[in-house]
Amino acid sequence: MTSAPTTAASASWRARFTGGGAVRLESLVVLAVLCVAMAISSSAFLSVSNILNILLSTSVFGVLAIGMTFVISSAGIDLSVGSMLALSGVVGAMLTSDLDLPWWMGILGCLAAGAATGAVNGFLITKGAIPPFIVTLGMLGVARGIALVLSNGVSIYGLPPEIVWLGQGRPFGVPVPVIVLLLTALVAHLLLAHTRFGVHAQVIGDNEGAARAMGVRVERMKVLIYTLSGLLSGLAGLLFAARINSGEPTAGLSYELTAITATILGGTNLFGGRGSVVGTLIGALIMGVLQNGLNLLAVRPFYQQIAIGAVLILAVWLDRINSREGWRR
Amino acid sequence: MSLLELKDVRKTFGAIEALRGVTFSVEAGSAVALVGDNGAGKSTLMKTITGVYRPDRGDIHFAGVSIVGKDPGEIRQAGIEMIYQDLALARMRDVASNIFLGRELTRSVLGVRLIDAKQMRSQAEAMVARLGARIPSVAQMTGQLSGGQQQSVAIARALTFNPKLVIMDEPTAALAVREIEHVLDLIRTLKARGIAVILISHRLTDVFSVCDRIVVLRQGEVIADDATRETSMNAVVAHIVGAADAQRQ
Repeated sequence: MTSAPTTAASASWRARFTGGGAVRLESLVVLAVLCVAMAISSSAFLSVSNILNILLSTSVFGVLAIGMTFVISSAGIDLSVGSMLALSGVVGAMLTSDLDLPWWMGILGCLAAGAATGAVNGFLITKGAIPPFIVTLGMLGVARGIALVLSNGVSIYGLPPEIVWLGQGRPFGVPVPVIVLLLTALVAHLLLAHTRFGVHAQVIGDNEGAARAMGVRVERMKVLIYTLSGLLSGLAGLLFAARINSGEPTAGLSYELTAITATILGGTNLFGGRGSVVGTLIGALIMGVLQNGLNLLAVRPFYQQIAIGAVLILAVWLDRINSREGWRR
Repeated sequence: MSLLELKDVRKTFGAIEALRGVTFSVEAGSAVALVGDNGAGKSTLMKTITGVYRPDRGDIHFAGVSIVGKDPGEIRQAGIEMIYQDLALARMRDVASNIFLGRELTRSVLGVRLIDAKQMRSQAEAMVARLGARIPSVAQMTGQLSGGQQQSVAIARALTFNPKLVIMDEPTAALAVREIEHVLDLIRTLKARGIAVILISHRLTDVFSVCDRIVVLRQGEVIADDATRETSMNAVVAHIVGAADAQRQ
């Protein structure tokens, strides 16, 4: 890491504007600029239905990004979230549609499939001492493969109406996935910023040796962190399947890219130590507005991939420049 | 019965025998120096006491209870604190969080245990003031403090929870002369309050000025364990580098 001398002035300037938290002021500015630019270039952008649309499309990868925030805060990475999402959706659809189990079994199945896969990640990373990058890259292939094997590579249609409501329902006009995203974010924010679990996750990313020496059970924490990421991938898989009313083995392709980008945009330190769920929510909204804007401007979807990837690289590059503010190591 | 008793503690890493049967003890209210060349096994030995490593063989008793196999959190709970050479600080967190790292204060909100940042700050402030450390604010990011100030944070953390034994690994290596005196005074104060200290240091003058006993470690073995007043600087140096080398000087 860079370790240039601290400029106390710039640090306190930042602290004042961000309340000392990890929310990056720049990300709010980016979101605002993006919204203004979109509002000017497309009259449809500021309509209520379009804004709900943005929130709805943000909800699935937003939930993934919240899990990613814990993982990256602890100086880890989870590349398997998109595949766990697909696997969970397929499992939930099979339980309810093929096996005719009640709707709540489908929901539990989704969440359990995600959590179990995440727990396997966590055990391989800690007990196997394999780097998270490799474990979750492998799981990206394995979980997607299992989803394809279970479903024979085809969508599983016909979910119970209770589950479909989770994806398509609109109480008071607000899509259920948006409500789920906001509730998840609220709980996750409390967990990350205000509980020992969340603080310890960040300390592991800051200085793992110190965490261990001070009595933090680092291995147990890591298993829990990857399990949480899996659980939230399961939740995202549930929302995704509910929205399209089917378990789709190819769902969530390259969503890890979007989730990681949203997390980094939100100010979570790529190298661990500091994370913010509120920031991640802002980052996810930036991604949502970006995708929505490109759609409204009728930009071909292929270019969206380019845009998301470029934003990720840009965000990390800006972060590198910013971190010259530096920590004494 | 001594406060801390090590008997035949052994630890290997692959083919390397880092500790080859270490036996020594520390009395309450006394300061014991642990000296030796680089690679003699001092840090490994201390990390074995604090639970970061688990010994392959041997016994470690603290206050009459075996602490072998306990994790670092349990050993801190039992009353052993260590000030690590690298200070073991989370530099992206504030001073108060570091002082309470691993022992965060919580309050119950609707049955959920949330961290009580306010309480931690006020207690951390009191601790910093009691030590006379010059830290601008306990809300300051620890990574933005000077080396000496970071040292103060590590010391404050070690002393906040009423330890019975404080292990200090090269606590003066990065300090200015005046700050060194401060640390040595602190060791004297701890002894006077009945708290035992293990001091790892290369600075033999410091060792001779505050320690009651000097244990010399060489290649993972204790090769000398003498009362300070019954040994001399030359004898200790001779033990550290190996007697044969010393005789030629």
